[in-house]
Amino acid sequence: MPLVEVDDLSVSFKQYTKGFKHKEVKVIHNLSFSINAGEIVAVVGSSGSGKSLLAHAILGILPRNANVSGTIHYDGKELTPSLQEKLRGKELAFVPQSVNFLNPLMEVEKQVRGALKGKDSFKTQKEIFEKYNLSTDVEKLYPFQLSGGMARRILVSTAVINKAKFIIADEPTPGLDQTVVKEALSSFKAFADNGTAVMFITHDIQSALSVADKIAVFYAGTTVEVAPVEDFTGSGERLRHPYSKALWRALPQNEFRPIPGSQPKGDELPRGCLFAPRCDMTTTECLEHLPEKRVLRNGMVRCIHAT
Amino acid sequence: MLLPLLFLKKFIRLASLLFAVCILSFFLVNKSPVDPIQAYVGADMMRVGPEQREKIAEHWGLDKTPVEQFYHWSSAIVRGDFGTSMIYRQPVLDVIKDKFIYSFALMLAAWILSGVIGFLLGIIAAVKRDSWIDRLIKLYCYTLASTPAFWIGILLLLIFAVGLGWLPIGLGVPAGVLTEEVTVIDRVRHFILPAITLSIVGVVNVALHTRQKLIDVLQSDYVLFARARGEKGFSLIWRHGIRNIALPALTLQFAAFGELFGGAVLVELVFSYPGLGQATVEAGLRGDVPLLLGLVIFSTLFVFIGNLLADLIYLVVDPRTKEREAI
Repeated sequence: MPLVEVDDLSVSFKQYTKGFKHKEVKVIHNLSFSINAGEIVAVVGSSGSGKSLLAHAILGILPRNANVSGTIHYDGKELTPSLQEKLRGKELAFVPQSVNFLNPLMEVEKQVRGALKGKDSFKTQKEIFEKYNLSTDVEKLYPFQLSGGMARRILVSTAVINKAKFIIADEPTPGLDQTVVKEALSSFKAFADNGTAVMFITHDIQSALSVADKIAVFYAGTTVEVAPVEDFTGSGERLRHPYSKALWRALPQNEFRPIPGSQPKGDELPRGCLFAPRCDMTTTECLEHLPEKRVLRNGMVRCIHAT
Repeated sequence: MLLPLLFLKKFIRLASLLFAVCILSFFLVNKSPVDPIQAYVGADMMRVGPEQREKIAEHWGLDKTPVEQFYHWSSAIVRGDFGTSMIYRQPVLDVIKDKFIYSFALMLAAWILSGVIGFLLGIIAAVKRDSWIDRLIKLYCYTLASTPAFWIGILLLLIFAVGLGWLPIGLGVPAGVLTEEVTVIDRVRHFILPAITLSIVGVVNVALHTRQKLIDVLQSDYVLFARARGEKGFSLIWRHGIRNIALPALTLQFAAFGELFGGAVLVELVFSYPGLGQATVEAGLRGDVPLLLGLVIFSTLFVFIGNLLADLIYLVVDPRTKEREAI
């Protein structure tokens, strides 16, 4: 049984346009995927595809005006708002993008301990700092004094201190140099080896491929394909969805050839397949309704033509 | 930056500010229609002949050029001699000291009250954003922001002093009572209305500023992350909100010393409260030049100290300014 199972998740916002008129902007829709304990699933997609909101939806920290539908199961139980509140910062952990997610006016040690109280929290925090090669004088530093690598390790250690079972890392490697990226990735690998499930949200396919077990390809607010990492090879012939293939081929070390167009915005989604306007396999059937997800060769795909 | 160096910088700034203020106000008074001799002699002017006038003018150095007069006056100021007030027939510094005690009590009370109440209102409005209580607080702030302090003073006078008769109508102490017989309770009763008037108006800035700051903080990435880590409720707002907005609010409060002083002038006038504000108005109206110039210098100093304190607090409390100054 998967540790986390997201089924048909949709997130939308009401947006006021002119006067009292408003429209529904769908940022995530009909999204499904699952993660097993000890597994790393990378959610890959271009920026603006709603990846971060997926993380916020699972944690239950979306803005107040968000509408959520669909179900999320955690450890066999439905992840309701009250369960989310109970598990947040304990079994569910979030590793954010950058140091901006730390309070600029608070010493880092206090932030790593977070809401934890008591003598044990000091001890655990010291152990974790030691484990991550953070010297004792780092404890008293403020976020703006941290180097990129230190900040990374501090952010990761916030997940460790709570002994999380499910870690969501949102773009944890942007703008960092190679050694720091490697260090961050190996820390996620270490989590997974200890039985933690890791959801790794990124637009950096390279780093996703180097650690993940499965790749979920995210397009215009939904997962168009979930594929084992081995399928990302050659010229992408083992991939299922035309968008994943296009994404793979667009990489510099492959054909370095982008496809024309851009992904549709949340308030002007096509009726049928989301990728149909940019796809060269489009048939009339594609334009009529969103393709159902189906299991294909040990993966998942939302395309009626996929083989 | 090292603290002594900072103080040196601030001191130089203060000195040049005072110098500029002195020059400006001296020449403004010099060009004003106030005739110092007439102001000095007052109603006895009819009995003073032109020759006597000239003698007084010569005695005071009024026959010299304005530049010489300024030199004469400013060198006396530097020696600490502010001259004698014509209205009070006392050294200017003694008058200021006497009046300042009254004003200081008034301003301090208003400063603390408006700061605390404004801060609390701002927090409540931000936390309960868009609720009826937020709307109510905003309505209160916008209404007061467009209301002059003296008008509020008159309104309170009408209600509490004239209508209900709970509090005295003005002055710092009861009229017709010997100084020795004035009790603390008397003083407090005379103090309440002016202090409340001054506080009511002061609340607005802090409240609106705090509200906006806290809303920004609550929407920040670090609060999102704190929530993602299970922090919630009052402890979340305390750890990440209040600590981060207290400093700017405090700075704002110190920087508002100027407005506080200006507000006090009007309020003291409305309540005939014997503070610096009233003295300033009287000195201006009756042509008491030494007192007026003394008050200008003193109020400059007062506002400057407010701003200096604001800077210092930032320097001591905010870790980021410490680092930046060090670079």
